[in-house]
Amino acid sequence: MSELLQFVFSGVTVGAVYALVALGFTIIYNASDVVNFSQGEFVMLGGMTTVFLHAAGLPLAAAAILAVVIAAAVGIALNKLAIEPARNASVVTLIIITIGASIFLRGVAQIVFDKQLHRFPSFSGDAPFVVAGATILPQSLWVVFGAAVVFLGLYGFFTRTLTGKAVLATANNRLAAKLVGVNTNFVMTLSFALSAAIGAVAGVLVTPITLTSYDIGITLALKGFAAAMLGGMGNPFGALVGGLAVGLIEAMTAGYISSSYKDAAAFIVILAVLFVMPNGMFGKTSVNRV
Amino acid sequence: MRSLKRKHITLLALVVLIAVAPLFFPSAFYYRVGTLMFINGLAVTGLVVLIGYAGQISLGHAGFSGIGAYACALGPLHLGLPPAASLVFGAVLSGGIAWLVGRPILRLKGHYLAVATLGFGILVSMVLTNEAHLTGGPDGMAVEDLGLRAALREIGISVRAPELWYWFSGLVLLAGAWLVLNLQDSPTGRALRSLHDSEIAARTVGVDVARYKLTAFVISAVYASVAGSLLAMMNRFVSPDIAGFLHSIQMVTMTVLGGAGTVLGAVTGASILTALPQVLTVFHDYEHIVLGLIMMLVMIFLREGLVPSLAKLFGRRER
Amino acid sequence: MKLLDSFKATVAVLAVAAVSASGVPAVADIKIGASLSQTGPASFLGDPEAKTLQMLVDEINEKGGIKGEKVQLILYDDGGDPNNGRTFATRLVEDDEVVAVIGGTTTGTTMAMIPVFEEAEIPFISLAGAVVIVEPVKKWVFKTPHTDKMACGKIYGDMKARGLTKVGLISGSGGFETSMREQCLALAGEYGIEIVADESYGPKDADMTPQLTKIGNTAGLQAVLNPGFGQGPAIVTRNFKQLNLQVPLYQSHGVASKSFIELAGDAAEGVRLPAAALLVADKLDGSDPQKAVVVGYRDAYEKATGKPVSTFGGHAYDAFMILVEAIERAGSADPAAIRDEIENTKGFVGTAGVVNMSAEDHMGLDLSAFRMLEIRNGDWTIVD
Repeated sequence: MSELLQFVFSGVTVGAVYALVALGFTIIYNASDVVNFSQGEFVMLGGMTTVFLHAAGLPLAAAAILAVVIAAAVGIALNKLAIEPARNASVVTLIIITIGASIFLRGVAQIVFDKQLHRFPSFSGDAPFVVAGATILPQSLWVVFGAAVVFLGLYGFFTRTLTGKAVLATANNRLAAKLVGVNTNFVMTLSFALSAAIGAVAGVLVTPITLTSYDIGITLALKGFAAAMLGGMGNPFGALVGGLAVGLIEAMTAGYISSSYKDAAAFIVILAVLFVMPNGMFGKTSVNRV
Repeated sequence: MRSLKRKHITLLALVVLIAVAPLFFPSAFYYRVGTLMFINGLAVTGLVVLIGYAGQISLGHAGFSGIGAYACALGPLHLGLPPAASLVFGAVLSGGIAWLVGRPILRLKGHYLAVATLGFGILVSMVLTNEAHLTGGPDGMAVEDLGLRAALREIGISVRAPELWYWFSGLVLLAGAWLVLNLQDSPTGRALRSLHDSEIAARTVGVDVARYKLTAFVISAVYASVAGSLLAMMNRFVSPDIAGFLHSIQMVTMTVLGGAGTVLGAVTGASILTALPQVLTVFHDYEHIVLGLIMMLVMIFLREGLVPSLAKLFGRRER
Repeated sequence: MKLLDSFKATVAVLAVAAVSASGVPAVADIKIGASLSQTGPASFLGDPEAKTLQMLVDEINEKGGIKGEKVQLILYDDGGDPNNGRTFATRLVEDDEVVAVIGGTTTGTTMAMIPVFEEAEIPFISLAGAVVIVEPVKKWVFKTPHTDKMACGKIYGDMKARGLTKVGLISGSGGFETSMREQCLALAGEYGIEIVADESYGPKDADMTPQLTKIGNTAGLQAVLNPGFGQGPAIVTRNFKQLNLQVPLYQSHGVASKSFIELAGDAAEGVRLPAAALLVADKLDGSDPQKAVVVGYRDAYEKATGKPVSTFGGHAYDAFMILVEAIERAGSADPAAIRDEIENTKGFVGTAGVVNMSAEDHMGLDLSAFRMLEIRNGDWTIVD
């Protein structure tokens, strides 16, 4: 029992990070139909910038906030300089552009920062809580709590504010949204900023647990992309479920079956789900226009 | 008639490139880079059928290269196959796996297809990494020599390994390109390209969409596999990196950067991305920044890929 | 054909003109090549190695070079991909015409490069760990780091002395870790060690509590061994503390740098690992033959880079110094003469230990080169 609970704690912590990355994919996809493979670099930027600002003497909280702002600015720049000029390009072309962006950002990070591993202190110490024989770190609670706040905040933003509704309208039908007066360019910029900020928040929350370095982005982007597809691309709720599912599958496989094939298990489940539900668990059924 | 002409232009361009380039090679190192260009070129020629003709995406084709490469490593060791037969065995195996996997996977569309193929590639590389007792694990294993050089020596021709591989892989690329260019003009090729334009329209006029997609998938898998085999036999060494996600991405990038719609474009893309890291060594630490920038700039400003975009540009000028 | 020949000649002339115009240093320089994994999954190792080589080359040229001839370092980053390593090896031999090569950060890149140097007859000193690089002996191939087999032996020896025989393994899935895991599995019987659990994790994994929970629940567990490098071992160590496992934890020589203690924090207390003398430079006895060498290298490296020294940079230091001494003894930059003198290296004091090479041993280190360290109060303590 305590064993199962330990696996769940592990799965939920890791899954919450995947969910945040998947959410970043989803927000940008909704606004622009772009799958942004540089999403993982935002997580890296969040963690690494915080590390270096903190080392430069800024208090941790200030460093973290500044890091999120910087990441959001990078997100906006990415949209303005690379995505907007390539509007209406094909899916593959846009994928290559964002992969190029991720290589570029990684290249910049290895010069501006360095190639070493880094971490900063946990927010509330490292003394684990013991629950029914299983242990969880305070920082894991921060991660889960942080993810929950982000999701609830976004839910409020999308359902309660005019700007949020404009984003949703654009996601549903860009042309229609444009016709009723939504500034879709602004929506796109906002989405990139938002999704970069969410990635950076994930980076800040998780660095005390997983450490960070200039090249952590690739793996996170892969897992986040897979989680987003599992949940159904374009659905924020799907991103949450997909992320947690991938995290839990990995933890359970590592715990009960084989640790060397835990990543494989996640992808086997994704393949199986997609065969039954070709649009993921909560994805929109796509309509083919002739 | 026009496409017939284009086919001959493509083949002629390749022949000239392969034959003339060595005149400019100051050392054997250039033969190796040339060989790598041809081997990568072969893999992307297969992807032209899948991405360019049929309009499907794959982020897992390095998996097939991995199967081809390890077939050449393991075939002689465990099955007693001669190296050349191992290459064929790997190609048949890849084609078979592509046929089995492709049927369910190709029902998916766009990004869902991307993630499914990605998953497939990762599964292959994971097996190659984890089954260390068979594959040598992450550090890789040695591969038996193809024996071409020894055979040539017997008939009295002595040639250095890098040069031999240059000519050999150049010939294989030519053969591969010739097959695909012929396919392009066949009824299958026309059906494939109708998929690319509009799947629904193709279906309406009676094209068996599922079958043609699968055909394209199998063809591209066989090309990737043969390319993997050649790479393994030239290096006489193989490691799971060949099946890795980064290699899959590299293959797609090569195809799209040069222009996925044409063999010449894709081979140009492969050549550029193969040579680029060698050129970029002068930038030392800035290598990745420059590589990323080039990828972005080409795709933003020359959206259809280098060759088609430039061809269009010059075509317009002439008029 | 005559036309072709004259065309070829023109091209050759142009190429020579271009090269001499671009200001490439004079032919008299001694060209040493290196292909290291400065980026990619092994950048943790390759980065300090590259920095060390650059520092040493500058140092030696300031002092007037080797016997008055400047050293030119040609350094490539293979990103840890064996295929790239192979290409750069070819480039170093065929295009740059180096007289010797250092590198191969990982075993995979090293193994891919070896055939190139064997065929071209260029001496090659690898910085990778696995025993297969020098066993069986290859004429042109040498290596400076301890083998993973030696690390297993050192750890098992210490475990046995403490009466710990039932060991749980948790290893990363990279090349370094997998190779060490295999060596440790193979060597266990010899030391009377029983491996009671065997788990693994991926190179970028964020949490290893499931694997450690499983190991912790294994009946009779007396110690845990974690072959790994990079962030994996730091996370394992933290998870180990989180789960409050009450057995000794052993890490490998792969984490032998101060940054491991920083990353693992308090959780690192009591962790033991085998490491070279370099890490405990200050704590060495004044009479220790390695003292002067390791203190000198550490101070120079930390001054040049501002980063804490690690064992991996030390491997590059050893390789470079062995090479320089061999060139000096050979009195020429002829690859064959250099190779013979590398093989003749005797009593060379490096960061990894005292090196005595021979025709049968192209590494020249023994178990005494390793020290068993324990982390106490956030610092290394020598425990044997």
